[in-house]
Amino acid sequence: MLNLSRSDWLLLAGFSAVVLCLPVILEPIGAAYPALMQKFCIFGIFAIGFNILFGLTGYLSFGHAAFLGIGSYAAVWSFKLFTMNAIPAIIMAVFFAAAFALIVGYVCLRRSGIYFSILTLAFAQMSYNLVYSVLTPLTNGETGLQLTLNDPRIVDALFYEPAAGLPRVDLFGLFISGGGYAGFYLCAAMLIICFIIALLIFRSPFGMMLRAIKSNQNRMRYTGFNTRPYLLAAFVISGMYAGLAGGLMAATDPLVGAERMQWTASGEVVLMTILGGVGTLVGPVLGAAVIKYFENIFSSFGDATLHDVFGFLPDAVEQPVVSFLVLFVGDGWNLTLGVVFMLIVIFLPGGIMEGLRRIWNLFGRRPGDGKKVLAAHPRPAE
Amino acid sequence: MPIPNIVLHVADVHKSFGGLHALSDVDLQVQEGTTHAIIGPNGAGKSTLLNVCIGRLAPDTGAVVFDGQVITGKLPHEINQMGVVRVFQTPEIFSDLSLLQNVMVPAFAKRDGSFRLNAIRPVSSETGIRDEALHWLDDVGLADQRDAIAASLSRGDKRRLELAMGLVQKPRLLLLDEPTAGMSRHDTNSTIELLKKIKGRGMTKVIIEHDMHVVFSLADRITVLAQGRIIADGPPDEVRGNPKVQEAYLGGVH
Repeated sequence: MLNLSRSDWLLLAGFSAVVLCLPVILEPIGAAYPALMQKFCIFGIFAIGFNILFGLTGYLSFGHAAFLGIGSYAAVWSFKLFTMNAIPAIIMAVFFAAAFALIVGYVCLRRSGIYFSILTLAFAQMSYNLVYSVLTPLTNGETGLQLTLNDPRIVDALFYEPAAGLPRVDLFGLFISGGGYAGFYLCAAMLIICFIIALLIFRSPFGMMLRAIKSNQNRMRYTGFNTRPYLLAAFVISGMYAGLAGGLMAATDPLVGAERMQWTASGEVVLMTILGGVGTLVGPVLGAAVIKYFENIFSSFGDATLHDVFGFLPDAVEQPVVSFLVLFVGDGWNLTLGVVFMLIVIFLPGGIMEGLRRIWNLFGRRPGDGKKVLAAHPRPAE
Repeated sequence: MPIPNIVLHVADVHKSFGGLHALSDVDLQVQEGTTHAIIGPNGAGKSTLLNVCIGRLAPDTGAVVFDGQVITGKLPHEINQMGVVRVFQTPEIFSDLSLLQNVMVPAFAKRDGSFRLNAIRPVSSETGIRDEALHWLDDVGLADQRDAIAASLSRGDKRRLELAMGLVQKPRLLLLDEPTAGMSRHDTNSTIELLKKIKGRGMTKVIIEHDMHVVFSLADRITVLAQGRIIADGPPDEVRGNPKVQEAYLGGVH
């Protein structure tokens, strides 16, 4: 069914193996708990989708968090109205995000470059403010939308008596919400499916057209292409990825507030993509994992951790080293991330993937070979 | 005697930029299957005329008719899909893509039309498109560099690449804007040979050129523009002997 080259099969197999083995791989760095690993997967999906738009067409959206938020709200409404099963919720999330992306894309794609970015930002901020104000009946405003005991859940009500307390999101008997392994494996499976779709798009004529639009959109018009529907398709696909990510967020934790749609969340996915490597397949996932790792693990380090690490130094040296480095951990994790981000943008414009490629070329190949590989595949970083 | 089919008719076109009359009363008919050269001194309005033909500029009055249909006011991709292809004066290529991809993209436009969500079959399985692109890359002498990034080419090679991008679409009307500018004498001659080779095959060519060697090697008919007006139109020998043309090229027209 899948018509992939040998190296793409290897890539897919390697990627799937790494994702499914995350609990083992992340053990040494203290990140092997399901609630964090499912975040890696969810933001990986978000970033892969964002990269289909930004990496392939060069259109930088600053409003993708709006689709994430819509996906979450749609999923929670599915839990409230119909059933606690995760599948209808995910379908609703993707559908509503797609519909909204169609409208936003139709309007915003009339402009390119910075004007496009500003328009998407304006749309996202507008949605964010509406969620707080006029849409309160739908979104529950500042409190956030959550499950209650009075929810109808009409489909579930047909089949069994509601148990006492709030129900949990399930998938045919497995509990998705609540931070268990089932939630992580659902997100991991979704990430792998999303990766396959992105791989197909990257290798397809459609992907090649998007790259050509990025390279010279005017020439595309004189080559006989109507570029608008190509861009709109890319925009809607990436909106659907964001909607799916939002739906999974709601499935693993059925509570959604407006802050999920704020511009900082839109900016975060831009950072993830650039950090990992724009236009590469694996890069955005790596970028998402790095940022989420910093946010969750690095931020919990404190003096004690540093004293442990630098315990081997003489006290006179250890004290100043620790008191300097303590600025960069704990609440200072943003500072570390900022420094890392600046270093990468300045020295490795291709992100982490370019760094890995350079290391690979350094050890694995003769310089001549490396050059040839670069020429043959403009973006071999997948 | 059959009446020759007029494939392109530029009908009474006027175009001015501010007070400058770039084109006035330009009426031009191009017969199917011929190579029609448009020459003239700098600023005569040649490029403006081509831009009007492909929809980049809208004429103030008049119309451009291609194959019986008015194309004035149509969008660039619609004009291309009708079979009108332009090769630009300054190379317009996809710098980030490989040479092969540069030629495959227009081949897809020819096969799939202006939009098709073709996201399942990988590019590598599109052997038909690939072979066609390779064939034209070979014809312009760039096949051995097929995997190089287009940005790395010299200016002359970029122009040859763009020629392959135009030819792969098998246009009914090919508009060439100084196809040999920036090329070495050797490359110029091979381009002339290539354009001679594809003569006939139902392709009509309109060519703007400064190099008289190129013009007289290729053209079946020559139109001379000066200051936005047609001052001569006819077979090469007739135009060469025309005193008005000689005067224009010596800068005598005021």
